[in-house]
Amino acid sequence: MSLIRTEGLSVRIGRTQILSDVDFAIDRGEIVTIVGPNGSGKSTLLRALIGAVAPSAGKVERAQGLRIGYVPQKLHIDPTLPMTVGRFLNLPRRHEKAAVRMALEQAGLPDLAERQMGDLSGGQFQRVLLARALMEMPDLLLLDEATQGLDQPGSAAFYRRIEEVRRDLGCAVLMVSHELHVVMSASDRVICLNGHVCCEGKPEMVAQAEEYRALFGTGTRGALALYRHDHDHEHDHGCTHGDGHGHDHVHDHDHDHEHTHEAAR
Amino acid sequence: MMLDDFLIRAMLAGLGVALAAAPLGCFVVWRRMAYFGDATAHASILGVALALAFGISVFTGALVVALIMAAAVSSLSGRGMAMDTLLGVMAHSALAFGLVAVSFLQGVRIDLMGYLFGDILAVSKVDLAVIWGGAVAVVALLAWRWQALLTATLSPDLAKASGIDPRREQLGLTLALAVVVAVAIKVVGVLLIAAMLIVPAAAARPLAATPERMALIAVGLAALAALGGVQGSFVLDTPTGPTIVCLAAVIFALTTGATALGRLSAKS
Repeated sequence: MSLIRTEGLSVRIGRTQILSDVDFAIDRGEIVTIVGPNGSGKSTLLRALIGAVAPSAGKVERAQGLRIGYVPQKLHIDPTLPMTVGRFLNLPRRHEKAAVRMALEQAGLPDLAERQMGDLSGGQFQRVLLARALMEMPDLLLLDEATQGLDQPGSAAFYRRIEEVRRDLGCAVLMVSHELHVVMSASDRVICLNGHVCCEGKPEMVAQAEEYRALFGTGTRGALALYRHDHDHEHDHGCTHGDGHGHDHVHDHDHDHEHTHEAAR
Repeated sequence: MMLDDFLIRAMLAGLGVALAAAPLGCFVVWRRMAYFGDATAHASILGVALALAFGISVFTGALVVALIMAAAVSSLSGRGMAMDTLLGVMAHSALAFGLVAVSFLQGVRIDLMGYLFGDILAVSKVDLAVIWGGAVAVVALLAWRWQALLTATLSPDLAKASGIDPRREQLGLTLALAVVVAVAIKVVGVLLIAAMLIVPAAAARPLAATPERMALIAVGLAALAALGGVQGSFVLDTPTGPTIVCLAAVIFALTTGATALGRLSAKS
């Protein structure tokens, strides 16, 4: 049983069709990443999953009692609203003092409970957002470009923390990311989105898919080689079309395979 | 009996309004709804006129019109027109229609000033019961929904992800706003209700580190302004509503100024 699934999900905002006919599902313990160009509906998909935007067609099914931890792309806290880190972690439900202290320690931010949210650095702020989402012991963690604005060590540390969280909580993780090299190394499954699901599958398969290359070019293969040295490629059913747009399926897998091989040697 | 003293009744009325308006005003400030409060309050003069025309209680008339206004603004917002434009149009046209409607009323001689600026010294025991009833209801609603309201104020999406419906919370605030407007007419008048919402909350901001402390401090400052304002207006023979708001404004200047000074001296 999937934690959350969509069937034929379409979202229209005003007159703009943002998502059409998206079938999606995620299981416990999976790390799935959504990639796609700007305006491809990545954030809208996450917002549809939490119920913040209503589908214009199709449906979203959540497992009974599903607890979602949501880390938004950005959170603007109005300067008129005083909010300490400790108080923020107690939203929407209050927790015991010890639990909050432990959450801050795990986030690597001890002693910051009394700090105002507005006074945090970008990296600290993102870690607090993540810590708050984790307070509820979520079954599913949704991260919307959570490392935006972080430097490389910062974002690397952030993703290591996500790995830890999955290991400790056993929750599923669905994230939107622009950092393709991280995506490729850390995800079980990648979904390439551009209004519809262009292709999806294991990272190495998606990276070789025509649709993915059309969106991102081929420039990531070097990075891919750095992160993926394994040879367990399966070439036959990597990509499934999420819609009936009828792109040509000319996958030049052979060429790519050799390429990766060379890099790996 | 104590309540027979009009000054005591006036102070209790002021306290009642302070109790409800200050924490609600915090949300008005946090959510940038200041103009929204203004619009609702201005529209309520139309409710006063209608209530007098149909012989129902002013409280009921003002409450109904304030509710309609708040609901109309809520549903019209985010549909192309900028919020401040929309509110500007609706607030002032409702006020204008209200004033024109009042002029049509014959037979009853109406003290218009009493509704525009409040007439706290004429508060009756029944008024007092209505004010405190409304205030307690608003405070109870805010206390009951506090965590959800705060989450929805911070981010509607965060609320939604945790199973809180931000639109329902918004509706609750709108309802509370209409109640506060209706009960505060007698105390500060429709023109100054928004001040009772915003000024104490703004004055409390520099003194508070958490939302709860800000709301509590705002209540304290609003109560101070209400009590001091009633006394001051009695001694100085000034209109009570404006005197209360003046005092609140002075408190705001003090807390803001003191904080700015503190920051300066901390730097040097």
